[in-house]
Amino acid sequence: MTILGLVDFYEPWWVQIIKALVIFGVIFAILPIIIIYERKLLGRFQGRYGPNRVGPFGLMQPLAEIVKFAVKEPFRPTTSVGSLFRIAPMIAILTAIASLALIPFGNVQHIFGQRVGLYGIDVSVGPLYVFAFGGISFYGIMLGGWASGSKYSFLGAMRGAAQLISYEVSQGLALVGVIITSGTLSLTGIVHAQAGLWYFIPQFAGFMIFMTASFAETNRTPFDLSEAETELVGGYFTEYGGTAFVAYLFAEYANMIVVSGIAVTLFFGGWLLPFGIDPPGWVDPFVVLTKMMFVITFFVWVRATLPRLRYDQLMSFGWKILLPLATLNLLVTAIIVVG
Amino acid sequence: MTPYDPSSDVIEVIRAPGGGPVRGAYRVFGETLRGLKTTFGRIVEGPTTIQYPEEKTPVYTRFRGRHKLHRFEDTGLEKCVGCSLCAAACPADCIRVVAAENTAENRVSAGERYAAVYEINLSRCIFCGYCEVACPFDAITMGHDYEMSDYTRSDLIFTKEMLLSEAIERTPLRSEGE
Repeated sequence: MTILGLVDFYEPWWVQIIKALVIFGVIFAILPIIIIYERKLLGRFQGRYGPNRVGPFGLMQPLAEIVKFAVKEPFRPTTSVGSLFRIAPMIAILTAIASLALIPFGNVQHIFGQRVGLYGIDVSVGPLYVFAFGGISFYGIMLGGWASGSKYSFLGAMRGAAQLISYEVSQGLALVGVIITSGTLSLTGIVHAQAGLWYFIPQFAGFMIFMTASFAETNRTPFDLSEAETELVGGYFTEYGGTAFVAYLFAEYANMIVVSGIAVTLFFGGWLLPFGIDPPGWVDPFVVLTKMMFVITFFVWVRATLPRLRYDQLMSFGWKILLPLATLNLLVTAIIVVG
Repeated sequence: MTPYDPSSDVIEVIRAPGGGPVRGAYRVFGETLRGLKTTFGRIVEGPTTIQYPEEKTPVYTRFRGRHKLHRFEDTGLEKCVGCSLCAAACPADCIRVVAAENTAENRVSAGERYAAVYEINLSRCIFCGYCEVACPFDAITMGHDYEMSDYTRSDLIFTKEMLLSEAIERTPLRSEGE
């Protein structure tokens, strides 16, 4: 049994550490950019400017906000459970970052005489790893909401948990179609298998199901039931403030990066470019990041467009429409591949 | 007390409109795409925001802003004769007028008397413009300035000198037909 994916070599330990630090650093540098990008784009979609007061074009807004959050007094309700209240946001952000290690930003390169894969790690169970951490991230929401000792937090957490569980099924099944087509679970292997044709064309139904379920997975509109401001104040992080709130915020956006990264890897050919364009290796990460930005733009676009669903609509859509569609897609794919 | 009737809690869930799978699929995808098109149209249009402190909405000529007291342009005498009709007309009771007699050596207004004290408490004024209507000499009119916020309440009591002096026109005026 192979533990690693398509890699037939071992990278020295220091390369692994450097890679981990670089991926972590780059993603955390990108997070504030994505936050300001989303807010400005959302503003444009709604016929306004978005934040434009701090720094040139308001680009310093996330920094100002982080400073504001960091100097806030940490406090918690008397009804809360202290240890869990502190741990929950850490779980949320930890799982989000752990999933980042899987996203391939490029092919294997030769750097300083070493063979270095431009990804955290290439495991032979790629999507399963992502889903495993997605499953743990549910504890971040659930524990946070429960340990807050507040009704609104708990309601939001329950909603988030139920939503996460029901949509993870469809999301997983949508990915199985891709896995059957490519015949590998390694994410780099899946990218290599898309050399001729990106999978969003043959797996279009799977792509649509995956994207729909992703909105629910990342708790974004139209499925942001767990933080429905109009009903639940703020959902599972109602009682959080300061840096703990920032942890949840960053976890949400990191999840968005992960989901867009998975979408790019599995459906949009990862670092590959169409029409036989084959740029040098150092371009690959930028190709992936650009594609990810397109997916994130779509996320923002949908957020600006669709209203929030009612809770029973969310559940019946997930179980009655999305799950049968995903199963059907899987079945048809399996028949075509085998037959 | 009536016993609890659980049936009263039943909420009728409105079912989705019918029309079969084709109509349903259209509703799901077609209408969503239409929504996406609508929001994208806002990007093409560009923002409609007015960047307030830098950029101001022009006001109409009839806009009732901060008051102004006037002088005769030729003689430079004040138009106000201290009749206190504005103070009488004021529903918010924010105008205070103390009249004094004009003398030969101290002629302030064109009439017999003049306003020795003329104060408007702008923190109470409701900008109804009744003072302007009541004034028999057009001595007080409503200006166009609406940026009057201040740090203390006493700073909002405008004296005669402040109302007479040429206000810094900070508000753009709407041109004809705009």
